[in-house]
Amino acid sequence: MDASILLKMVADVAPERVAVGPARSGLTYAGLLSRAEALAGGLSGLGVDHVALVDVNSALVPQLFYGASLAGLPFVPLNYRLADDALRAALARIAPAVVVVGEEQRDRCAGIDGVTALTASQLPAGGLERVGPGDVSALLFTSGTSGEPKAAVLRPAHLTSYVLSTVDLLSAGADEALLVSVPPYHIAGISSLLTSVFAGRRILLLPSFDPAAWVELAHAEAVTHAMVVPTMLGRILDVLEAEGRTLPALRHLSYGGGRMPLPVVERALRLLPHVDLVNAYGLTETSSTIAVLGPQEHREALASGDPAVRARLGSVGRPLPSVELQIRDENGRTLPAGEPGEIHVRGGQVSGEYLTHTATDAEGWFPTRDRGWLDAAGYLFLDGRADDVIVRGGENLSPGEIEDALLAHPAVADAIVFGAPDVEWGEVPVAAVVLRLPAEEAELRDFVRARLRSAKTPARVLVRDALPHTDTGKPLRRVLRAELLASLS
Amino acid sequence: MSMKPGIRLWSKVSSVSVVVVRPAAGEVTLTCGGVPMIEHEPQNAAATAEGEGPLLGKRYTDEDSGLQVMCTRGGAGELAADGRPLQMMNPRPLPASD
Repeated sequence: MDASILLKMVADVAPERVAVGPARSGLTYAGLLSRAEALAGGLSGLGVDHVALVDVNSALVPQLFYGASLAGLPFVPLNYRLADDALRAALARIAPAVVVVGEEQRDRCAGIDGVTALTASQLPAGGLERVGPGDVSALLFTSGTSGEPKAAVLRPAHLTSYVLSTVDLLSAGADEALLVSVPPYHIAGISSLLTSVFAGRRILLLPSFDPAAWVELAHAEAVTHAMVVPTMLGRILDVLEAEGRTLPALRHLSYGGGRMPLPVVERALRLLPHVDLVNAYGLTETSSTIAVLGPQEHREALASGDPAVRARLGSVGRPLPSVELQIRDENGRTLPAGEPGEIHVRGGQVSGEYLTHTATDAEGWFPTRDRGWLDAAGYLFLDGRADDVIVRGGENLSPGEIEDALLAHPAVADAIVFGAPDVEWGEVPVAAVVLRLPAEEAELRDFVRARLRSAKTPARVLVRDALPHTDTGKPLRRVLRAELLASLS
Repeated sequence: MSMKPGIRLWSKVSSVSVVVVRPAAGEVTLTCGGVPMIEHEPQNAAATAEGEGPLLGKRYTDEDSGLQVMCTRGGAGELAADGRPLQMMNPRPLPASD
């Protein structure tokens, strides 16, 4: 079974409920299904293998996703912020394909062999003949923080397994509305669509993230649910604080997709005391969430005098009941609580398959390349990407810890730490920072040394005007490392 | 009886319809109210099934064969695989995370 069957069930039971858009004028579940069926008919007549999208979010995205699903074709949302050559190379790879483009993206996607670029209004409609699920539901390019982006293959069973094991049919109240502000090519863009549709929760799509627009839409549409990545949350809180707004309708805010600084969580709890906070951890390759820290766990951690319970505010919670999770060392040995290693997961929603290869082992375990550890109660703490670990004289250093120390300095607005080759130590930590106040390199190094210790003190601190991040806020350490190496050679 | 994932089956004796989520490991006969389910929607399903049937949106499983189905239309008549009553899978609701 594939995702379109889930939509059909909801359309069957609650056809008049609004699925996408404003409460008064949005598209109903019956409407969404009929639009998707018309699109599927047109798409299946094009003789293509993939349905790509290069555009910002809009009400077209759900229609196109389910349309592709009904036509048995993989949906391939691509990052419209990619440089022209990378975007064209990705499109060439999935030919024969149709790519649905926004007006501004049209020329960039034209003239590629086997790829037809069409705007939304040019999409053909037709009667649907082909029935039955395709082999692949979606191809999603990973964010590529620790290497070139890889095309993750998500099959119908992965996505439906995720939905069925985490959501009950039509479990959302009639007033519930979710504000989606991640881009359509992010796994949370896909998973939020699937889970919201099955739960019967109305979706509002922000074309692209802007904190003021987010607050405005949340207010105007009485948004009750939202999912944000860490950088978005900080900027939303800035707007709420500056404008003195509290978003009374909002009751559920989930965050994930990167390392969330503890001060931001505490600020959110303070500025939005009526809101349930959920921290979610997941990967593109795992069809989204594999661990959650729920609202009650947030409150208990914040109120607790027990340091171990209090520390859980910095965790990503416990694995989903439908997912198995282990921490392993570099020899594949399963580690006990408290010991950091690489996170491995297994479950119906876990794909671990790419266009080029499969990363799961014979028993179905997927090595995430994320480092982490479990506490005695089973709470998962993240410790950065395995590829980002800096090995200094045989000792493993986590860049995140050093970044946190630098960010505690009042002059530091942003910091990324990465490993650089060193004759004596093999590798040493180097920091790149953006300053909001003047500060000397020696002062920043002393500041870190006083908080951590000398092995964790950056060998150099480079001052930059801006630091490279993915557009969902993940640090691009490999870019800084490559720049430094180029400057040395 | 074809048991590919995604195949929809209909009851001949009530309004019940299910979708196969996971096929059985071997050949099994899925029944509703004791009558084998069919692969096409009946023109006029009899309303002769008695007893509590599956609930809309819930998943049911047969541990022996591994068969798992989801109810897409509720109604009367217990589901069974080769005579073994299917068990409702207990949902474990999680906070919305995406």
